[in-house]
Amino acid sequence: MAPLLEVDDLSKRFGGFVALDGVSLAVAPGERLGLIGPNGSGKSTLVNCLCGALHNESGVVRFDGTNVNGMTAHQRTRLGMARSFQLPRPFTSLSLADNLRIPLIYSANMRRGSHFTAAEIENRCGELLRLVGLDAKARRLPRDLTQVEMRKLELARAMGADPKLLIADEAMAGLSHSEIEDILKLLDQLNQRGITIILIEHIMRAVMSFSQRLVVLVSGKKIADGKPQDVIRDPEVERAYLGQ
Amino acid sequence: MRSWLFTLILAVAGAALFALSRFIQNDYFFFAGYVVLQYIVLSTAWNILGGYCGYVNFGTAALFAIGAYTTVALHKLLVTSRIYPMSMPELIVIGGAVSAVVGLGIGYLTLRLRGAFFSIATLALAVVIQTIITNWDYVGGSRGAYVIRPPSAPLVGSYIQYLFLVMLVLAVISVAVARLIERSRLGYGFATIRDDEIAAEASGVPTLRLKLIATTLSGALMGMAGAPLPYYVGYLDPASGFNLAYAVNSIAMPVIGGTTTWIGPLIGAVLLGTLQQWVTVTISSAVSLLIVGLLLVGFVIVAPNGLVGLVRPLFVRGKG
Repeated sequence: MAPLLEVDDLSKRFGGFVALDGVSLAVAPGERLGLIGPNGSGKSTLVNCLCGALHNESGVVRFDGTNVNGMTAHQRTRLGMARSFQLPRPFTSLSLADNLRIPLIYSANMRRGSHFTAAEIENRCGELLRLVGLDAKARRLPRDLTQVEMRKLELARAMGADPKLLIADEAMAGLSHSEIEDILKLLDQLNQRGITIILIEHIMRAVMSFSQRLVVLVSGKKIADGKPQDVIRDPEVERAYLGQ
Repeated sequence: MRSWLFTLILAVAGAALFALSRFIQNDYFFFAGYVVLQYIVLSTAWNILGGYCGYVNFGTAALFAIGAYTTVALHKLLVTSRIYPMSMPELIVIGGAVSAVVGLGIGYLTLRLRGAFFSIATLALAVVIQTIITNWDYVGGSRGAYVIRPPSAPLVGSYIQYLFLVMLVLAVISVAVARLIERSRLGYGFATIRDDEIAAEASGVPTLRLKLIATTLSGALMGMAGAPLPYYVGYLDPASGFNLAYAVNSIAMPVIGGTTTWIGPLIGAVLLGTLQQWVTVTISSAVSLLIVGLLLVGFVIVAPNGLVGLVRPLFVRGKG
């Protein structure tokens, strides 16, 4: 099966600092990929390059058969590549329902080629809010949400773009055990709907239980790629995490 | 309320205001009213970019003056030489179009900047435009240009009443446009730009395109507000056309009224504009600017969301 996402020899520098150094990887449709690495290993830079928030200096990113190099972030979202942010970035002046309405009218609506009716958008907003358990707070502002609810809103907003690929950047950071379970369950539900998921996470228990495959980045380079149980026994990965 | 119904009510209110004003015999009412209405247009136009998108534009005076100087140029080219007797609506449309194009250009040059950098860039471009006009002899250069107002006007007779009517129509149009934007897909897009531009892009919002639409619309309305100015003042020079008061007032009025909704600039312009006219007559014009400054500082500290922000929680509680 042709990969949904293909990254070939991707590099990114910030002045003299090499953030990504020739990273290549491929993600199959419907796959659950875990992306791990110590702080400063280039995970967020890779996500930003994939999603168009940063532009890579060299290498190619192909999504669903299209070379997306040079495309803006909103064009990539419209192609079906959505992300959630490490620190939640809700639209603070808009209600939760309106937060979800944005990707529906600006992304999902665009891809379909024909406009959703107002009623269809309303229904879809309600469905997404129910999916993440925030339907009772549809008219509230994001400032009224708890930390875990904020994370759920991030995921729901990414889902509003009707993505083929969802990149969840540390969606569980700072959450309690039960809250992590909530998010994992949600990601699992999304994956069962056919959405490919790249999970970037420091919480190893979550990554190990969720991922079918694990990619490890260290100092901007990919040092391991394989089944989670094999990858964590890789001596190079152990060295990167535990030291010599 | 549906947009067409709102526009209809606004138009009826405008017509009623004009009908009532016809009973006033004193021309000063029309001179002062024109200025207040002009500020409704300017502050509403500023708010499309500054309030809805969160990009504070210090270049209002330049876009306003471009509208005014387009009228001066066309007046000299066509009206004075009797090639074509251009009417006020035509001048307004052309002035708005020229300012829209300049607004789009300013947007292209500045909208990759954010925050204070964007504001400083708009101020700098306003200075550049003022310098060009000051050195353009055809429109009077630094010595200014006279535009002789016709003795009478179509429909209403008195020319100052005609200018008042024209600005009233522009005020109705600008408020209707602002409200239409606010309730539209475009308005949602603008709000996301104001809240978080990176998250907006990640949600599929074409932020640069939307910001360019905002600068173009805002520029067009500012130019339209400026187009009748030469006929109002009779003599236009760069110092009055590019007066800092236009930039300051067009920021102060939405800030005092509230920037996130169409009614904020309207309230701010009516309150502050009327107060300024009253103070100018009873005390002095210098004191009127002092009042603007003091009110602006006061509101930024005490009520950063303006009068609308102060009243809205009471209204919401009342509804609940």
